[in-house]
Parts: sequence; structure tokens; C-alpha cells
Amino acid sequence: MTTTALKEPVRPTSPGAAREPRRRTGRIRRIGLPYLLLLPALLLELLVHLVPMVIGVVMSFKELTQFYIRDWGAAPWSGFGNYKVSVDFDAPVGKALLHSFSVTVGFTLLSVGLCWLIGTAAAICMQDTFRGRGLLRALFLVPYALPVYTAVITWVFMFQHDNGLVNHVLHDQLHLTGEPSFWLIGDNSFYALLTVSVWRGWPFAFLIVMAGLQNIPRELYEAAALDGAGMWQQVRRITLPSLRPVNQVLVLVLFLWTFNDFNTPYVLFGKSAPEAADLVSVHIYQASFVTWNFGTGSAMSVLLLLFLLAVTGVYLLVTSRGRRAADV
Amino acid sequence: MSSPPRARPKRNSPWSAPSTAPPKRNSPLAPPRSFLWSRRIFLTVLTGFVLVPVYVMVSSSLKPLADVTGKFRWLPSGLTVRPYIDIWSTVPLAKYFVNSLIVAGAATLCSVVIAVFAAYAVSRYEFRGKRVFTVTVLSTQMFPGILFLLPLFLLYVNIGNATGVALFGSRGGLILTYLTFSLPFSIWMLIGYFDSVPRDLDEAALVDGCGPFGALLRIVVPAAVPGIVAVAVYAFMTAWGEVLFASVMTNDTTRTLAVGLQGYSTLNDVYWNQIMAASLVVSVPVVAGFLLLQRYLVTGLTAGAVK
Repeated sequence: MTTTALKEPVRPTSPGAAREPRRRTGRIRRIGLPYLLLLPALLLELLVHLVPMVIGVVMSFKELTQFYIRDWGAAPWSGFGNYKVSVDFDAPVGKALLHSFSVTVGFTLLSVGLCWLIGTAAAICMQDTFRGRGLLRALFLVPYALPVYTAVITWVFMFQHDNGLVNHVLHDQLHLTGEPSFWLIGDNSFYALLTVSVWRGWPFAFLIVMAGLQNIPRELYEAAALDGAGMWQQVRRITLPSLRPVNQVLVLVLFLWTFNDFNTPYVLFGKSAPEAADLVSVHIYQASFVTWNFGTGSAMSVLLLLFLLAVTGVYLLVTSRGRRAADV
Repeated sequence: MSSPPRARPKRNSPWSAPSTAPPKRNSPLAPPRSFLWSRRIFLTVLTGFVLVPVYVMVSSSLKPLADVTGKFRWLPSGLTVRPYIDIWSTVPLAKYFVNSLIVAGAATLCSVVIAVFAAYAVSRYEFRGKRVFTVTVLSTQMFPGILFLLPLFLLYVNIGNATGVALFGSRGGLILTYLTFSLPFSIWMLIGYFDSVPRDLDEAALVDGCGPFGALLRIVVPAAVPGIVAVAVYAFMTAWGEVLFASVMTNDTTRTLAVGLQGYSTLNDVYWNQIMAASLVVSVPVVAGFLLLQRYLVTGLTAGAVK
């Protein structure tokens, strides 16, 4: 760890400043100042993030049902009871959690993959200037800039069974389906959720990849083109390897955001998500606030956090090692 | 031990990149025809995918009710602005609007001020625990919101019981929550911007007799205005669009737009033209702000990931 207050310049010694007490208070001020500046942020982080996290862990070891909400200290301890219930995959609670978890993993992999693919493809397509490029770029950012709920509510309207656009196009205009489908209940809801998630998420990948592309020197492409490398080869041999460090962060961020997403499924389906699209955030929310069993809900949240930490750790380890090996 | 890698705003973001002229048609550097065609097709399809919901939102908001209750129509049978008038009485939109404005506005203001101080400390001083602070703050950004929801709910309820300060169900509690949510990212972005302001400038100000606060307010803040604006937009967007905490921590009088409109859209008989009108009204300020300030925002957003 680095030591204190090295960077602040020494003040010019004015006549009064030379005396001993002034200097001492000055030093205390200098050492204390950064902490003073951080204090508001620190207090808020403590109140809203860190203390609740500790409380959450404590809660997960308690039998915290609705009777104890007002006085949660009085709730009896239950040891690992909540965890046992959560991971007992033979009993209904654990089974539902496992199902929700696997749905979330599948959904996240598909969504992140598609977001990355579309975003990267679009960024590569827009690397060169052409007429209308600026306008297109602004348009592509709209899904990302829209407030989540207005965007998702619009999709809810489009997915309506009787008066929605999706059924009108697929059934009435293209005659692809024999019957108008239900999109927001049943198995189709998974694809509805995936569509909305990709629609909202890909512009972020696009943004980041575009920024990353700016760092690749043009000469590399020119040299490759003169050597006879085709478009596809240039993408594979120059663009993608150069984007590696950017992608490392981008994929992780996309993964965490998608995995933890609550807003999209909640606005799309309301309080009770269909089984096929029962993402784990909404599942925990429902398990906690429908049954008012906060103990089990907290245990599930802690398990979720542990899982994410493990995945993040392994991911960073593997990708960094790969990167180091590639550098050699 | 080295200090953490810092986000430094990139001078040549995609937005200000020098536009190199495309190579001539028949030079070996020109992209092949097949690429140009597939690019055209791909970008057209993508534009369609992006724009269809936007078109639905705009066109439906101008349709008479009959157009949105029957089969979907691409073109309205007639244009009307009734939905824009009726929605204010169908749902208490004005009340939601005021609540959202107060909550998002206050959260933005506080978040920016607090983030400026914190980022100044990290950018200009060496102190014990600096690395722990930045890493902890950033990592909270990545945790699932649901993890904080239950404890925070309990905490607010119990603080209310113990001290009489109503955090649960009040705008205050929501402001506090949102401002903390946007804080980590805001601090991170501002550290990058402050680092790019030459240190000599504020050292000169210190020599000239400004206190550290004087140097911050007169030198560093004015030089980092774009970053501060970007942070403000980010904080506002975060608070304006949040659903999870608003759905638990508000009651009838403090309900925000997010929860109000979401609740209405799940009813059985929904006036879709009206809710599309409301959605558009709610979205336009945010989208316009984002697109106007995209240059600054994008620089800040991407700096962390690219570096």
C-alpha cells in the first residue's frame, strides 16, 4: 500500500506558517482531507451496499418469516436450514430454484452470445465511413438509451395475442403459424424474453467494440490487404485478436448484467414469470415477497452471489492466462 | 504496489475519429463487392429490428382506440392526439411524473456532487486504503440488485421504526438508494476525467493561495465539465428507468413512472394507444439527452473497458 499525502505540493512558507502548531494542523488537514472528501461516498456505500450485504448474509441464517419483519433480530436462528431448503433439489423449493437457475444460464449464454455477435458485426460494418453513418449510429443507440420499462412495455404490446404486431406479421401476413401464438405465457416466453434482451443489449456491445476498433492502426489492414488477405481473413487475423482485451471485459460485463437482469423479465411478464422464462432474479423476488420468507430468499441471493463470484474468478483466470500465453 | 489501472478519457473516441476517406473503388485496399452488399443487407435488417418497436411506439400513440384493440395495423386509420390528453386521466401520470422527476433529479444532483469529491480525492491524493476503496466500490456495481433488496428493505423499515425517519415508502429512501447505485460508475468515470486535467493547473492554483476546495471548484471542475455532464446523464438515466427497488419501496403517493406504467400495462384492458403515448412522453427527454451528449457519455462509458 502506498503511504499518505505525497502528491500535494508543499505550500510556500508565508511568515505565519512557519510556527509549529500551524504546521501540525496543516499536516493533519492534509492527511485527513482525502478521507473527508471520500466520507459522503463512503457512508452511502456503507449504508446502501456493504451493511445490507452483511445483513443479507446474517438473514440467510435466520428463520425470517413475515412475523419477524418488524423485529428481525427476534427471528430464530436456523443454521444452514435455508440453504438446505434452497439446494434440496428433490423438494419443490429447491427444484424450482434449480430450474430457474438453468433457464437463466441458458438465457444468459444465448443473449450474451447474440449481443456480442450483432454488436461486433455492426461495429465492423461501420468501421469505414459511408453516407448516413452518423445517423445510423445514433439510431442504433436508441434501444440502449430508452428507459427499460418504456421499451419493454412496447414489446409487451407487440407480443399481445390478439392485437400485437408479432402475431400479425407471423400469422396474418406470412402465414407461418397455424394459430396465433401466445408469446408471454408458455414456452414461447423464453424466445420473447431473449428477443427483448438482445434488442436492448446489443448496442452496448456495439459501442464498446467500436471504441476498441479505433485503437487498431489502419496500416495493419492496408498491409494485410496488400499481402492479399481477404476481408474475412483481416477480421479473423487482425480485428478479433486486437479486440481480445476489450472483449474480455465486455463479455464479463454483459454476462453479469444479463444474468442479474430483473427489469426486463419483470416488466415483460409482471409478478409471475412463466416457467420457461423464470429468471433467477425474478424467482428470488417472487419467492421472497409472495411468501414473505426473507430467510430463504436471502440464502438464494447469497448462493447466487457465490456462483457469480466463482464464475467471474474462473473467467478472469482463464482469459488472462490465455492472453499471457498469446503474448509470448 | 502499482495503483489500479485508471480510466482515462480517450481523445479519439469513435465519435471524433478522423474520418479517413474510403479507398478508391479499384485499388487493392477497397473492400470487395460481396462485402459491401452483405454489409448493406445486414445493416438494413438490423435497422429494421431496432426501429420496428420505435415505430410501433410512435404510430400507436397517434392511433384512435379502435386501431389498437383490433388486429394490429401498420398504418393508422386516422391520426389523433387524444391518447396524449386522455392518458393523464387514465392513470395518475402527472403524479408519477412529479415523483420520478423529484427522485431522479435529487439523486442525480447528490450523486454528482458526492462523486466529484470522491473522484478528486482518488485522483489527486495518495492515501491508505485507496485501492481497497476503488475496488470495493466498483465491485458492488456488479452484484445482483436482488442481493441488496431484502436487506435494504429490512434496514429501511427498521430505521423508520427506530428513529421515525421514514425511508421506506418515501421518496427520500428511493433517492438514497438510486444515488448510491450510480455512485460507483460516476466516481470511476470522473477519476478518468480528473486525471486528464493537468495537475500543474491546480498546483498553480494552490500556490496562488486557493485551498484544495478552491482548486477543485475553480480549476478541476470547469475543466472536466463534459465528464460531469456525462455522469449526470448516467445518474439520471439510472434513476429514471429503475424498476426493482421502486416496485418495493414506493407506495401509492410516491409511485414512480416505472412502476406506475408497468402496473398499468399488465392490466387486462389496456388502452395501448394511451400507454404508448405516455411511454413516448417519458422516453423523449432521456433519449434526446443521451443522443445530444452521446459523445461525452460514450467516452466515459467505454474508457474503462477499452483501457
